[in-house]
Amino acid sequence: MSTVLDLFTFLAVGAGALFFLAGTVGLLRFPDTLTRLHALTKADNLGLGLVVLGLLPQIDGAMTGLKLIVIWLLVLLSGADAGQLIARAARRRPPP
Amino acid sequence: MTDAFYVAPALLILALGLYTTCARDTFAATVGFLAYGLLLTVAWVQLRGVDVALIEAAIGGGLTATLLLRASARLRPAEAAARAERPGVATRLLAAAAAAAVAGALAVAVLTLPVPAPTLAPEAAANIAATGVGNPITAVLLSFRAMDTLLEAIVLLFALIGVWSLAPDRMWGGRPGPRHHADPDGILAFIGRVLPPIGIVVGIYVFWIGADHPGGKFQGATILAAMWLLTLMAGLTDAPPISRRWVRALLVLGPGVFIAIGVLGAFTAGAFLAWPDGWAKPLILVIEIALLPSLALTLGLMLAGAPERPAQP
Repeated sequence: MSTVLDLFTFLAVGAGALFFLAGTVGLLRFPDTLTRLHALTKADNLGLGLVVLGLLPQIDGAMTGLKLIVIWLLVLLSGADAGQLIARAARRRPPP
Repeated sequence: MTDAFYVAPALLILALGLYTTCARDTFAATVGFLAYGLLLTVAWVQLRGVDVALIEAAIGGGLTATLLLRASARLRPAEAAARAERPGVATRLLAAAAAAAVAGALAVAVLTLPVPAPTLAPEAAANIAATGVGNPITAVLLSFRAMDTLLEAIVLLFALIGVWSLAPDRMWGGRPGPRHHADPDGILAFIGRVLPPIGIVVGIYVFWIGADHPGGKFQGATILAAMWLLTLMAGLTDAPPISRRWVRALLVLGPGVFIAIGVLGAFTAGAFLAWPDGWAKPLILVIEIALLPSLALTLGLMLAGAPERPAQP
């Protein structure tokens, strides 16, 4: 059983790390603010979500798992809002 | 393999430090400093210094970087002029020599430390139980080194007075910073309503858990101040005029209670800031509870800035 759970953790955290890597590459390579934001928010939302999902089988106690999920939800909330705010500011300012 | 986990952040920290120092643009340097603070947080977590990591994330990375961001935004119009004033070669060489000398002296001091380093940790650990506080960091900060903590709380007040002293004479006693306006149906107003209730609970939790686990009043107060600033920036609330009696009273409440209990210790336990036997835990708790709102207000007002508007618009 624990081998299956370990494999699940390995796959989920690995996939999360892949999203972070892709997000970082996008942040560095994409041409303008809006597309860069797109890359960044995907990394935050999906990458961290997969990492949290992968860590859930490894912890003891429901409280710790709940805290991890709440952290992910808070990052979702603040990431999405910060992305909106930056996008709005970028749209108001003419491109250089 | 394990070494790579320690060496990689250390190299990144050095590289970011270099970038922050060399960046010509104030804004770029500030962002570099912000990332530098976050990386330092990671390094402290790796060293198992979770208390220090929390402080670094809250005050070193978050609060200081926000102060610097505000300053760089304010300096932006003058930046081109400032860059044009290039100091002479002699001045720059002198600055480089002074900076290199300080860095060299620090490096020599660290490298010549005896191995193992002299430590009071075993003695401190042996006496932690007497304080009744479970988190050794809190116990040391409020029992064995209470003087340091008191001075830290007071130095923040001085910093706030420093910020206020930038106010023009006619605005003295007025409201700090500009009045923020945001779209009342917009995203900032939304997050300004959704996040503070959660943030206040988290801030008080971080403060309360500090007795037995990593956390404490400085970290908790920073979170509370951040939530207050969020409502300010969303235009949902306005900062109070700094001449208000309750503002001044709340600012000195924490340090005042700290000093009063310290003086009490001089009579009951024989020394300033000494706690009588068996009373350490409740007294530490009273001081922490009194410090929390004072610190939150001090940090919040420091970020809100110098008074810029009259008290009555």
